[in-house]
Amino acid sequence: MTARTRAIAKKEAKQLFRDKRFLGVLLFFPVFYLGLFGYAVNFDIHNIRIAILDKDNSYESRELTNSMLSTSYFTLTKNISSDGEIKKFLDQKDAQVVMVIPDNFSEKLHSKQNVKLQFLIDGVDGNAATIISNYVRGVALSYSMEFQTEMLARLGKNVYSPIQLEPIFWFNPALESSRFFIPGLIAIILIVTGVVSVALSLVKEKERGTIEQINVSSINIVELLIGKSLPYIILCLVDAVFILVLGYLLFGVVVEGSMLLLFITTLIFIAASTSIGIFISAISDSQQVAFSIALFASLLPSVILSGFVFPIESMPFIIKIITNITPSKFFIVLLRGIILKGAGFFAMWDQVVYLILYIIIFLGLASIVSKKKEKAA
Amino acid sequence: MNSIEVNNLTKKFGDFTAVDNVSFTVKKGDIFGFLGANGAGKSTTIRMLCGILEPTSGDALVGGFSVMNEPDKVKQNIGYMSQKFSLYNDLSVEENIRFFGGVYGLDDDVLEERKKWALDIANLKGKETLLTGSLPGGIKQRLALGTAVIHRPEIVFLDEPTSGVDPISRRNFWNLINDLSAEGTTVLVTTHYLEEAEYCNNIILINAGKLIAEGSSQNLKTNYLTNTILEIECERVVDTMEILEQQEFVDETSIFGNNLHLSVNDAYKGDTQISNLLSKQNSIKINRINKITPTLEDVFIHLLEKDKK
Repeated sequence: MTARTRAIAKKEAKQLFRDKRFLGVLLFFPVFYLGLFGYAVNFDIHNIRIAILDKDNSYESRELTNSMLSTSYFTLTKNISSDGEIKKFLDQKDAQVVMVIPDNFSEKLHSKQNVKLQFLIDGVDGNAATIISNYVRGVALSYSMEFQTEMLARLGKNVYSPIQLEPIFWFNPALESSRFFIPGLIAIILIVTGVVSVALSLVKEKERGTIEQINVSSINIVELLIGKSLPYIILCLVDAVFILVLGYLLFGVVVEGSMLLLFITTLIFIAASTSIGIFISAISDSQQVAFSIALFASLLPSVILSGFVFPIESMPFIIKIITNITPSKFFIVLLRGIILKGAGFFAMWDQVVYLILYIIIFLGLASIVSKKKEKAA
Repeated sequence: MNSIEVNNLTKKFGDFTAVDNVSFTVKKGDIFGFLGANGAGKSTTIRMLCGILEPTSGDALVGGFSVMNEPDKVKQNIGYMSQKFSLYNDLSVEENIRFFGGVYGLDDDVLEERKKWALDIANLKGKETLLTGSLPGGIKQRLALGTAVIHRPEIVFLDEPTSGVDPISRRNFWNLINDLSAEGTTVLVTTHYLEEAEYCNNIILINAGKLIAEGSSQNLKTNYLTNTILEIECERVVDTMEILEQQEFVDETSIFGNNLHLSVNDAYKGDTQISNLLSKQNSIKINRINKITPTLEDVFIHLLEKDKK
């Protein structure tokens, strides 16, 4: 690092530390997002509110009710007593699902007749409704199997299930969404911090005219850009460590893979984010414009298109191509690989190549744009 | 010896020619005044001479290096202070000095010595830790000059350094410029204030990108203005001006407070011609009519009017 780069980096760091509000936002941001995605956004459905209308009130109907409520998925809102109440409960959202056990439930079971069990599900939230319907089907089916086995046993016959399903989820055994989110969160926080802060700090110099003063010194553009980005790169690394520590303390997420590999890939990703920030600073002349573009370009694609929340495999072909606009897509694959699976470099080297490609493309574009602007201005 | 030699320098932005075939030379140690209206092309010229803007055609040698071919070498020998005093308001006085010293790659010992000097000229000794944003304009501008020449360049470009600064600070600032020049530094300065131009050894005037006059302030007053300049003190200045503008013997008129300056040509026959016209025909009371040496302002108004035609 040259003395001139050091002078720039030192100055930038001093300005950053003096701007307590900006620094506060940069450090608070990860905590806020971790809380938001760790606790508030949860795709597991627990404690589904169920109301039960048990018209039969027999030993069997109570057995069925118990097996329903013994899982962590359902919580009983109320035992209701008449059909008229069903609508009220669903309308007022007191219950997401109502189970209606017909009055001849036990009688039909014992007389080997088919019983129809009715579930009324609030279908407004289609996603939740599908999950609820899967859960109740599962519970009803297993009760039905148990009952069948019991009946046959009573008749002295053994029943066996030809296939026994034993799914084991690797890397995230309990299928907790927090484990899945934390790697993605690192990517989002780093790209937003990197792009926004670098774009703003460069445009600020343009806006205030200080860039002219630096330009007439014999400093070259590489020294300037490295010096300007360095403090933010370090800040991003601190943020990353911060999220990993919080992820461990709050959600028990442990890094399975190599720390060195994690560090190197993170550095490459930060460099890619910084390049996007530099490009944005080249196309915008005021801090407001730079901030809007930077936030729009970094946050939205990283949340929606990166595979952070919505799986890319299930997107339409065109959208799948568009997902490539964000480097987060590739970094999230790397992060999930390293943090959750403990995967090594050779399993994912292609993702690293993509990230490096971003750096080259955006720095190239930035230099073309600034050369053009220089000619026109 | 010439510090700056400008040859047919031209800059076009699309169809617009900002600087049109400008040539001039600046001697070492001179204070060179660069005058012109807003948008006349002063800043564009300076930015080309600093090596941060590439000329469309023509060239200039600054400190012996071509701005076209060796802009990086040019940068090593110059100091530049842009229109907005380019200091960081959120850094302290000392941090600003250290930063620019660092950017120019000064060694620690040299930097320490130059820091003392910069604090000295800005009157900021003992106030190193003040935030630059809290300084008054005049002091800030002197600190900006100090940081712009922290690396002892041979040539300094000052782009409207005194705009928006009070008259006393301006006077002090010009003393600093004189000191620099006395040490052998070449100073090229742009300004709107014509009285400041009087402090310069040489002046050029540009209008719409073209050079329209050059020389010392004395030269300009005698060479470019052959007409006699009269100063008239009278009542109803505006009416008087309107009447006189119609006359054959008057080329130009301009108002200076309660006075009227007239540029009169050979058809002018003496004061009675005016007193007859004003007092007798229009009953305007005249207090005084003097012949005066033209100010630079008279010269420039004359030149700009002529250029318009």
